[in-house]
Amino acid sequence: MQIGYYPGCALHGSSNDYEMSVRATLTALGVQLKELDDWICCGATAAHSINKKLSIALPARNLAIAERDGYSEMLAPCPLCSNELMKTIKELSDSPALRREIAEVIELPIEGKTQVVNIIQVLQMVGVERIREAVKRPLSEFRPACYYGCLLTRPAKILKFDDPEQPGSMEEIVEALGAKPVQWNYKTECCGAGMTMANEDTVISLSHKILANAEAHGANCVVVACPMCHVNLDMKQRDIERRQGTRHQLMVYYISDLIGLALGLGEHELGIDRHFVSAPLAAVKE
Amino acid sequence: MSRIGVFTCWCGENIARMVDVQRVTETIAQVPGVRVAVNYKYMCSDPGQASIRDKIVEEKLDGLVVAACSPHMHLKTFRRAAAAAGLNPYLVEMANIREHCSWVHKDKELATAKAIEIIRMAVEKVRRNHALQPIRVPMTKRALVVGGGVAGIQAALDIADAGYEVVLVERDPSIGGKMAGLSETFPTLDCSQCILTPRMVEVGQHPRIKLHTYSEVEGVEGFVGNFKVQIRKKARYVDMIKCTGCGDCWAVCPSKKNLSEFDQGMGYRKAIYIPFPQAVPARPVIDKEACLYLKNGKCGVCAKKCVPQAINFSDQDEVITEEVGAVIVATGYRLYNITKDQDNSKLTGYGEYGYGLYKDVIDGLQFERLASASGPTGGAIKRPSDGAEPKKIVFISCVGSRDEQHGMTYCSKICCMYVAKHAMLYKHKVHDGEAHIFYMDIRAGGKNYEEFVRRAIEQDGAVYHRGRVSKITQENGKLVVRGADTLLGQPVTIEADMVVLASAMRPSEGATRLAQMLNVGVDEFGFLSESHPKLRPVETNAAGVFICGACHAPKDIPEAVAQASAAAGKVAIMFANEELTRDPEVASVNELTCAACFTCVRACPYTAIEKAMVLDGRGNFIKNTARVNPGLCMGCGTCVAVCPSKSVDLEGFSEEQIYSQVESLAL
Amino acid sequence: METTANLIGEMAHTAVEDCYQCGKCTAGCPMADVMDLMPNQIVRLAQLGEEGRAVACGAIWLCVSCQTCTQRCPKSVDIAAVMDAMRQLSLERGTASESVKRTIAFQRAFLDNIRRNGRLNELELVGQYKTMAFLGDVSVPLLFKDALLAPKMMQRGKLHLIGEKVKDRGVVRRIFDRCMRQE
Repeated sequence: MQIGYYPGCALHGSSNDYEMSVRATLTALGVQLKELDDWICCGATAAHSINKKLSIALPARNLAIAERDGYSEMLAPCPLCSNELMKTIKELSDSPALRREIAEVIELPIEGKTQVVNIIQVLQMVGVERIREAVKRPLSEFRPACYYGCLLTRPAKILKFDDPEQPGSMEEIVEALGAKPVQWNYKTECCGAGMTMANEDTVISLSHKILANAEAHGANCVVVACPMCHVNLDMKQRDIERRQGTRHQLMVYYISDLIGLALGLGEHELGIDRHFVSAPLAAVKE
Repeated sequence: MSRIGVFTCWCGENIARMVDVQRVTETIAQVPGVRVAVNYKYMCSDPGQASIRDKIVEEKLDGLVVAACSPHMHLKTFRRAAAAAGLNPYLVEMANIREHCSWVHKDKELATAKAIEIIRMAVEKVRRNHALQPIRVPMTKRALVVGGGVAGIQAALDIADAGYEVVLVERDPSIGGKMAGLSETFPTLDCSQCILTPRMVEVGQHPRIKLHTYSEVEGVEGFVGNFKVQIRKKARYVDMIKCTGCGDCWAVCPSKKNLSEFDQGMGYRKAIYIPFPQAVPARPVIDKEACLYLKNGKCGVCAKKCVPQAINFSDQDEVITEEVGAVIVATGYRLYNITKDQDNSKLTGYGEYGYGLYKDVIDGLQFERLASASGPTGGAIKRPSDGAEPKKIVFISCVGSRDEQHGMTYCSKICCMYVAKHAMLYKHKVHDGEAHIFYMDIRAGGKNYEEFVRRAIEQDGAVYHRGRVSKITQENGKLVVRGADTLLGQPVTIEADMVVLASAMRPSEGATRLAQMLNVGVDEFGFLSESHPKLRPVETNAAGVFICGACHAPKDIPEAVAQASAAAGKVAIMFANEELTRDPEVASVNELTCAACFTCVRACPYTAIEKAMVLDGRGNFIKNTARVNPGLCMGCGTCVAVCPSKSVDLEGFSEEQIYSQVESLAL
Repeated sequence: METTANLIGEMAHTAVEDCYQCGKCTAGCPMADVMDLMPNQIVRLAQLGEEGRAVACGAIWLCVSCQTCTQRCPKSVDIAAVMDAMRQLSLERGTASESVKRTIAFQRAFLDNIRRNGRLNELELVGQYKTMAFLGDVSVPLLFKDALLAPKMMQRGKLHLIGEKVKDRGVVRRIFDRCMRQE
């Protein structure tokens, strides 16, 4: 299976462990990623906060490149990127006048026909059953709290992916790997997103609540599908512990990490040894 | 040559101000066939009508045109005047030169010219009218009421007390509907069952009410005054005549863990059960999915215990046919079940409230069962999860109502009142409890309703927070409710022991299917459509079918009862006549030219056209044909428009008439 | 009043007049506890054409764009987009609250970085942001905060001394210029 690939700045920046993990796992599952030629930043939080046209033009440029190069589908593993791309597709499809205007701005024709998918959707395209069959090392000691964050499922009208209030797509995959995901209350609560540097207090406060709730419901690790969530929960975990006076010591895995491990891939090739928090999994309480 | 009389009305200044009625009269008098042309200030007045009658007799008129207001206003008046003078009332036409002319134009010259054309067309039309007699349809003076809740009960009693037989069909094992399950009703806090059960008993004992419970309507044929209704009486497995309702059977039944529908899933019942002690009829049914004997051939203890030998395991569903003249639909409501599991792809429920996930999040009807003295907890307010008495309850209004994004756009009308009531009942039972209500508005427009809500706040200490709730989670056995207080401008978090959701009122399941059987329209939510929202709230566009209660729209008990009596009144009006008379301006098929393509049959919105056969004098088949049932035809003309062979025509609006009207304009 | 209410509505492509102030947005907002104006109050100001008050508040820059408000709004009002519009307007008018100038400095530095490189160069961004912030409010702790993070990131191969650059940087610059022309 071949699919277009839009890594986004995070995966080529400090979240390159996520890219390692995605590439290794998808390759093992027989998915070939074709990286978009000379892609540019989607604009992230800064663009939509400062200039609306820019927040449409930057993602549109990438969609136009995808169209030009003949991609019908494109994976964006970062939910902020995929959210911006999907919002742009909606804006462009609502207004032909806007389409024409943006085409001039980005110097490429654009129709917005490329389908943008997130990492979980790609895994669903591979098929949960196929993944289950490919498991070599069941993750039976893992009790993950599946953390979706904000942008995988919201706004549901545009993304149309999973249930925005009680999602279950990650749990389905995680169960197929032999792990037992916990039922907990912060599945879709915000971690603070791109505020890591812009407003650190926010992140400390919100991400702490997420880690605390995961633990309170018996999780011994957290699994995410977003590089910002990962940074806030993993890289900032020590800061959270210091500022809140708590001890979490929770491993934060990417969904692709867990699949990779279950398929028999190593921590190094999955980039897991690049995570900040490295803690043994707490023993499972039955 | 025709002898037509044209009477032009001034309507005071309404017409005369903008139309030169004198010139109109003089011009129309010149039209061939017009025998008399006069004008008068108020045609509909007594002298006006008298002048019409006199002229009809004097001039032996064979056609009448009254140029005045809309036929909606006075066509009946002038038809009656003509009939009184011996002229067939269907030889009367009205030319509307008021709503269609004087009221909408500002130029007197042009308006007068237009009025003349309008009257000219009417003259052409009436020239070709036929003298018609009203169609008389025999009528079965029996009524069917579908639904045995408070509305159905009221309607059935009223019709039966008026002297007519009523067939009452109810889907559940007992009548009583949702009201039988309520605890106390607002604004009087009457015990619901106490005020309802005497009516239920009356229904059960009424000599003119035939009660079919545990039954559903499966099919409807026929037309107003002559309906044939197929009713499926589901197998009860209990002989209704032998059974005495003693209860020995359900006392010994070993199948216990079946969620009780009557208790809204808050309690259990046996496989053989009576939904509640005051059930009418007080005879049990066996739930064949829960019965060990019917499923696996084991047990059968009830049959052994039954002294009159009333248990019959080989019972079958029975489909019967009832012939009735009128139908009243009173199928009531259900609450919006806000879990993910929906019957409609556009609805998504409210995952953020945790209903179905957390046991202590319940809806309004479930709280009624907790509060009810005959409920699963004997009227004690207890948490479903651990049976503890909740010390803090959050009541949330508008769950699924007034929400165009995730729910119903409409307001469910009764929730503001019953939320206040719930808070009061809770405080009456748990004096140190805290009742918190999240609301957007308080709708308390009925008699004594505002005072009732104020009582909840001022006397019983209910705390109202103005704002919606965004999310409910469960932490350490408490329900964490995140809402807002928009009056203070801050979020509000309450850790409650229980949450009660005022979920939206929706029409009962199956109501749309029933409406389709009866040719009654439904709106986008499945509520049955009335003929006119202001002036005809209990009639439908299907002749002989009436509606009342919550199947029409969310409403409270006083409104449901009032509508039920209104619908019964309409039925009594129908039945007060010997026969049904219908407007004779119906379609008819020229059976000689009809090619039997049956396009008209498919096009007719009232299923008024049948496939029939033309036979010779000896009964031999000659040809197929379409045939209009004059008892059902509403004169819409759709068949005329679609007939490829021009074999159907509409009485009073024939093709010839319409063409002649158009041609008269072109002259 | 009609035209100004639509100003935010038009910028955000949403019908702010549909809002009936139920407060569900405020109730679900993760930052409401620390905001000086509630989300529903910000929409109310937009409705009344009084967005002047809203664009001077700190709340709009505390918003994390989590989309919870938009997702749950019963009237389909896109409150997250209203927040974006308010942010854009506050920069256009120069009325942003003092309390959030660091946040604004960060976002501006981010866009600047993209304009130059086409993709984010993290080290460059951090350097620029800290410098701008330091020059803005002389905060020495801010200058040195996270300094210990750098070696840890390097250890893990997460710190790229030389960031990636897009090949056609000219088109990126032109896109920026065309979009931000009015500023």
